[in-house]
Parts: sequence; structure tokens; C-alpha cells
Amino acid sequence: MNLFNRRMAQDAVLKVVASGLALMVLVLLAWILWTLFIRGLSALSFSVFTQPTLPPGRGGGLANAIIGTLIQVIIAVVIAAPIGVMAGTYLAELGAKSKIAGTVRFINDVLLSAPSILIGLFVYQAIVLPFGGFSAWAGAVALAVVILPVVVRATEDMMRLVPGSLREAAFALGAPHWRVVTSVMWRAARAGIVTGILLAIARAAGETAPLLFTSLGNLSWSFDMTKPMASLPLAIYQYAGSPYDEWVALAWAGALLITVGVLTLNIVSRLVLAGVKRS
Amino acid sequence: MSDQTLAVSADPSFEKRPSIFAGGGQTIDHVFRAGLIASGALVLVVLGAILFQLFIGGWPIIAADGLSFFTSSDWNPVTDRYGAVVMLYGTVVTAVIAVVIGVPVSFGITFFLTEVAPVGARRTIGTAIQLLAAVPSIIFGMWGFFVVAPLMAEWVEPVLGAVLGPIPVLGILFSGAPMGTGVLTAGLILALMIVPFMSAMFVEIIESVPPVLKEAAYGVGSTTSEVFRHISMPYGRTALVGGMMLGLGRALGETMAVTFVIGNANRIKASLFAPGASIASTIANEFPEAGPGSLKLNALLELGFALFVISFLVLALARWLVRSRLD
Repeated sequence: MNLFNRRMAQDAVLKVVASGLALMVLVLLAWILWTLFIRGLSALSFSVFTQPTLPPGRGGGLANAIIGTLIQVIIAVVIAAPIGVMAGTYLAELGAKSKIAGTVRFINDVLLSAPSILIGLFVYQAIVLPFGGFSAWAGAVALAVVILPVVVRATEDMMRLVPGSLREAAFALGAPHWRVVTSVMWRAARAGIVTGILLAIARAAGETAPLLFTSLGNLSWSFDMTKPMASLPLAIYQYAGSPYDEWVALAWAGALLITVGVLTLNIVSRLVLAGVKRS
Repeated sequence: MSDQTLAVSADPSFEKRPSIFAGGGQTIDHVFRAGLIASGALVLVVLGAILFQLFIGGWPIIAADGLSFFTSSDWNPVTDRYGAVVMLYGTVVTAVIAVVIGVPVSFGITFFLTEVAPVGARRTIGTAIQLLAAVPSIIFGMWGFFVVAPLMAEWVEPVLGAVLGPIPVLGILFSGAPMGTGVLTAGLILALMIVPFMSAMFVEIIESVPPVLKEAAYGVGSTTSEVFRHISMPYGRTALVGGMMLGLGRALGETMAVTFVIGNANRIKASLFAPGASIASTIANEFPEAGPGSLKLNALLELGFALFVISFLVLALARWLVRSRLD
């Protein structure tokens, strides 16, 4: 084989290997989803949505865990989203050349990839111990710490996509800075910022580790924010490791619910984002 | 204020100039900017608070045992003796397995997505691979425990043991009983979890290579894969290394998936088939038995502090490498 043929053959082999690797990862994704649907759908019934978790042998569902996840995630977003949007705005508006803003951006990136179990440990030390016990508040704060860096990053990125001429036009009309930001910049970047928040919600909803030592989980109904509260990921964790087939089945049902919810949020966000970036 | 000359522009330095505005708008502007700066500062405060709380929380074990906490492999709640070596080993080995397997796979996917796949299909396939990164880590744990671990025990580990086991030195890694749950399985699951993350970054880096460089290489007769390996990859090498480090950082701190499949045994075995423990899995597993004020709680917090320092260093280096290239 001469040099030319060898190079062409090598090129072809590498292309086939690369395609095979991409295909392999897609197959693994499909395998995970297939496993979830097969095991989750068979355990999914009406009572999963209406009944709280019950002792083994008495059926039961995941209603309290679903409601608990919703409550804690919503409170976390209410805490973290305004701060995150403001911090992201700071980076985009005031942080072009400042050293401090550079540090904030860097630390935010570190926070974005920091192990989430450490956020749980931190909130345990900072809130659970001083306030005398596991509580849904602590869980919500832990999820807020998960959400914050995602929103900061998305807000900065999206505000940087707003054309400079819009900003200049607003300043030329005599608008003060706060008006330029609230009435022009945030409006122009609105779709992008909202999808950033949706992505943050999707991430927080599937987090287990930050809740282990904060909201702890709860086997019955609880709407009291000062008491331990159930959540889907915690229920999945507790049930998947249990010796009762019934509970393992419920864990699969919960796993299916949380995955479908998280992936749907992701797909919707990505479609919106793709539209934003194209326009 | 409307008849004043407006010295306002998009010039970023304008904030520093004394403003010509007087009255209400000014006050709101000051309050608004103070709010922005305070929110930005809060990000720093959060990271500082995490570091501080973990340091304070773990201090009693350092005060009691000194740095021998990090050199002892004895983890015994019964005698209240704690050492971190087993967990440090488990954390590093699983993360290294994940990176060693994940990096070549990510490069393959990057090559596929940037050069091989039909242009129209690239975005769709890329998004599908990205979705894998959005799957909650507990799902990887369940799937790993119920689906992958039995396959590992029955097929993969016996075959690896038979093929690689007889090789001197290297064979020790692949010896012993195939258990299914263990360090190797944890590393494989981690590899799958960091591949979508790393390949997304790699694609972004490779796409930022100036087309002129690639076209010049094609012009002198290079094949697609030669351009990728000899032009695109060297051009982006700093950022690519940064991307790998980010993947490593993710793998070091991953909790739920590892907790399900690592086997949770407080000992170091040479074999990769044997169960082990990582820092994150130990914290998740042993926390319920660590009451407030106990030395065990201090030990777990000190483990958390160590994990924080390790991942902070890795992530900081990674971000620095990625930024220095892309910006």
C-alpha cells in the first residue's frame, strides 16, 4: 500500500470510529430512557400521583414527594433567580474591564461545577445545625445555591447578545442607566434569561445530594417549611436501595417522572434558546 | 434634565465620570447599581461561606489528630479513628478512569460532530448527546446499579480478567472476583456522565479554529482527520486541556451515581473490580450515622473540605486554561 492509500484508509477508519463512538453514546442514552420507560411505566398508576408514601405492603404513591419537590424548587427559584439576574446584569453592564467583576465571573464558574454534595454539607453547617433541625427551608436554600450560578451565567451571556445599538439608542434618549437596563436590556434578553432560569430549575429538580442533609425527606404529607419535607430524588434514593420490590418499583416510577420532567424542560429551553441565538 | 447635553454613551468608562444628571433619576441609579454590585458580591460570599463552614466544621479532627487524617487509611467509627486515604484513593482512581475513557470518546464525538456528520444533522445529534448531560445523576446511579453492574459481573469483568489478568503488573488491576459494583463500574458510569459535557466544550473550541488555517491544510492535500489532528487540535490545545480538567472536576465530585455503584467498602484493593469508596459517596453514605457534635461528623466535614480544595484547584486551573484561549 502506498502512502496515499494508507492515508486515505486511515482517514476512513477514523471517520468510522468517530461515527461509532457517537452512535454508542446515543445508544446508551436510548438504553437509559428505555430502561426507565419499561420499569417506570409498569409501576406508574393513578395512586402514584394521589397517595403519599406508605409503609411497605400498603401500596402508596409519590404524591407528597412530587409536591415537596415543587415547593422546594419554587422557593429556591424565588430566592435565587432575582439575585442571579442582578449578578449577571452586574457582570454584563458594569463588569467589562473591572478586576472584581473578573473575579466574580471566575468564582461563579467554579460554583457552577462545584460538587453539589458540598452545598448540602455547607447548608447543614450554616442552617440546619444553628436552627435546630432538618427543614424544607434548608433544602430550598441548598437548591437556591445550585440555581444561582446557572442564572448568573445565562443572564450575562444573554445580555451580551443584545445589540449595542439598542443600548446606545436608549442612552441617547436620555434614559438613566437603571431604565436602560430594565426597559431595554432585560426586555431584549427576556426570552434567553427565562430559558436560563428554566434550565436551572431542571438542574435543581433532579439534584439529590444537596437535599440529603437539609430537607432529609419525609414519608408523609408535609407542608411545613420548618420540618423535613419529601422530594422526588430523595424518595428515589431511599426506595431504590430498599429490600421491598414494591418500593423499588415506586423508585422507578419516580425516576421516570423526574427524567421526563427534566428532559422536557431542557428540550423546550434549547428550542427557545436556538431561536434567540438565530434572531 | 432633558435640555442638557447628554454625555451618555455606550463607553464603559462613562460610569466613572461625574454625572451631569441631578435629581430623582440619580438616586435610583445609585441604588440600582449598588443592588447589582451587591448581588455580584454575594456570589463571592457564597463561595467564601462554603469554604469557611467546611473548614470550621472539619477543624476539630485536624486539631485532634493533626494532618495524620490525610495519611491514615484507618476509618473506624467504632474506635472513633478516621483517616481519609481510602476515600482520596477511590475519588482519584474513579475520576482518572472516567477521564482516561471519556477523553478519547469525547474527541471521537467532536470529530464526528464537526467534520463527519451531515451538516443538517449536526445540531440534532449534538442536542441528543447533550440531553444525556441533563439526566439527573441519581438516574445514572439507578441504571448503573440495576442494569450495568449485573452485566459487569457476568460478562465484562470475567472477560477483562481472562484477557488482561495474565499480563504481569497490569494484570493485578483486573484480578479478583467480578463483583459488578466496584471502582471500575463507578469509573465507567462517570465516563458516560462527563462525555456529553466534555464533547460540548470540545466542539465549541474546535469550531473556533480559523477556517483559513484548516483550508490551508486542505489546500496542501491533508485528509479530514489529518486536519483535525494536526491543525484543529493543536490550535485549541490549551482550551482542550482546560475542558478535560473541567471533566475531571465533575468526575471528582459526583455523588449519587458513584454511591450506587462503587460498593462502599472502606479499604484499598489493587483490583479495579473490588468495591471501594469515594469522598462524596462516603459523605452521602455515612452522614445518617454521624450525629451533631460527633467526631465522625467532623471527619465527614473535613473530607468535604478536602474535596472542595481538590475540585477548586482543578476547576480553577481548567477555567484559566479555557479562558486564556477563548477570550
